[in-house]
Amino acid sequence: MPKKNTNTKREENLEGTILFNVPFPKKLDKQSLAALKEMTPIVKRQPYHVEYLHSYGQDSPWFAGLANRVLLGNRDPKTGYTYPTPRGSDMYTGAETEWVQLPNEGTVHAFTVCHFGSEEFLPETPFVLALIEFEGANTLFLTRLVGVDPHEASLDWIGMKVQARYLRNSKFKPTDVYFVSADAGDE
Amino acid sequence: MRPVYCVSGGVSKFAKARPDKTFQAVIKEAYDYAIRDIGLDFQQFTEIVDGSVASYFSDHFSRQLMAGIMAQDYLGLCPKPGHRVEGGGATGGICFQEAWKQVASGYMDVCVAYGFETMSHVETWKGNEFIALASDVSFDYPVGGFYSGYYAMMVTRHMKEFGTTVEQLAHVSVKNYMNAVYNPYAQKHQRLTVQDVRNSPMVAWPLTRLDICVMSDGAAAVILASEDGLAKLEKASGKRIPRVKVSGIGKGTDAMRMADRPHDDYDKFMKSYALPHEVGSKETQAYYKKLWAKGFRYPGVHSFRAGRMASKQAYKNAGIADPLTEISFVELHDAYTSSEIQTYEDMGLCRYGEGGAFATSGKAFMPGVKYGLKLKEKPICPVNPSGGLIACGHPVGATGLMQGVFALWQLQGMIKKHFKDETLQIKNAKRGAIHSHAGTGTYVTVSILEKEA
Repeated sequence: MPKKNTNTKREENLEGTILFNVPFPKKLDKQSLAALKEMTPIVKRQPYHVEYLHSYGQDSPWFAGLANRVLLGNRDPKTGYTYPTPRGSDMYTGAETEWVQLPNEGTVHAFTVCHFGSEEFLPETPFVLALIEFEGANTLFLTRLVGVDPHEASLDWIGMKVQARYLRNSKFKPTDVYFVSADAGDE
Repeated sequence: MRPVYCVSGGVSKFAKARPDKTFQAVIKEAYDYAIRDIGLDFQQFTEIVDGSVASYFSDHFSRQLMAGIMAQDYLGLCPKPGHRVEGGGATGGICFQEAWKQVASGYMDVCVAYGFETMSHVETWKGNEFIALASDVSFDYPVGGFYSGYYAMMVTRHMKEFGTTVEQLAHVSVKNYMNAVYNPYAQKHQRLTVQDVRNSPMVAWPLTRLDICVMSDGAAAVILASEDGLAKLEKASGKRIPRVKVSGIGKGTDAMRMADRPHDDYDKFMKSYALPHEVGSKETQAYYKKLWAKGFRYPGVHSFRAGRMASKQAYKNAGIADPLTEISFVELHDAYTSSEIQTYEDMGLCRYGEGGAFATSGKAFMPGVKYGLKLKEKPICPVNPSGGLIACGHPVGATGLMQGVFALWQLQGMIKKHFKDETLQIKNAKRGAIHSHAGTGTYVTVSILEKEA
């Protein structure tokens, strides 16, 4: 079994000193111009911030559902093929899908424990990602699995019965719903 | 379509960071090398080359839109035709195939494919965030967007379905790192044991840091030509260029969201996805029937349908019936040790479910390299003789082209010339496959290169 993490390196960050001058030859002659080729590069900090107005478009009712403690999915009206992650058009028939309510319970299909992550999620590590199966749905749903010990990861988690829980204060993100073991009882 | 030859290539040294040069200047290192290798100078080549295809994945890493044209003008290729392609991790492989199309269609006689990525301009975890933006930003990214996490979920499913073990995964890392010891272009040079891989810090269970490729700065360039193009290049240099033909290309796709992939039944698999040598074998049919009876569904999240489709097409075009014995070596997209194992299966080097055992069998190892492992079988088809992404690095837009360059050098028998060491030269290499892979298996390309008799 894997041993515990032993990180021996300090993480780098972009904090630094503001610099207003750099060394440069006082006199420019043939020799000093040629010596410029031997200079080390100037590397500077360049921040970039941007805010987007992100529309969920035709998938919007799904997020409204989470805000009302309802897990929705999309279904092809003829074939009944059901997607737990919203999709306005069925991949196989091209038909516009309809909304259906998904069960609040499912099963873990696959999972991982993230001990590192993208910068945005680093403060939340270790966290558990899981793909959930639902009775009557043909595909899976990506979510956070909460309430399992991230240091005791086990393949036995696959097949675990889980139930949906919802944030009381919706963030209108897919993490407004998350899953816990079905044995966890009521909230 | 007319025959397309892979003529020459160059690779910059892949490094964690290349602050010494801007991206254009790093591309020029690879470009100049490729030109020099066919005995031409810059101006001679500029006169002959008809145009280009540029390859880079992310506009975020450099915070520079239209970087492709900046490379085009730096290389003195303006006003010749050129365009940029993008397809995540497979960008380089797609670029190679786009350049192939320029030549195969008759639009160009000589086309240069060049690619780069500069990933060092942001911190590692910000870089991971940029890469994770290549997952659905409405439904995947906000849950905890992290590619190593996505791949680790595939691993847990693969382990559950097939009994694949973390030690089997670690064999891939040991192999690729050990191969790279003899490749001066590789970013990492270290000899590892299975235990080293398992003891390294856990990133996304069960993948450790040594199961995962690193981020890099680097560039690569490949020159492709028609028969007329070859004649022009040879006339200018007065030297004969060894004939390595691109004998087949293939590409497949799959849904962006891993969760949306189908879970198909046996009949659908046999009809649409099985390779001819699988369809033709009663024993394999029985093997797969047994898998399905146990609950296996295809592709699910453990297999890459795009990789299978790319392989199937490429094999058909190149006339390959049994990939394991008819391909001399494979350079494949081992962003993770696990994805190398998944790809063995997609490419038909073994059957679905057998990737773990294949990884430890010895069949994909190099003859003549000491790995410190007990391997039962002799090498048949070395996989990632160069060291792959895991050890060479993965400057995304350059990676698929790097594979093309290393495959070309193998088939030309020129590894010693370029690596200053012949350990990694596969004797009598006749045919190589290069495999480039994006996202969680969204775009995958397979191209076959062959030495002409």
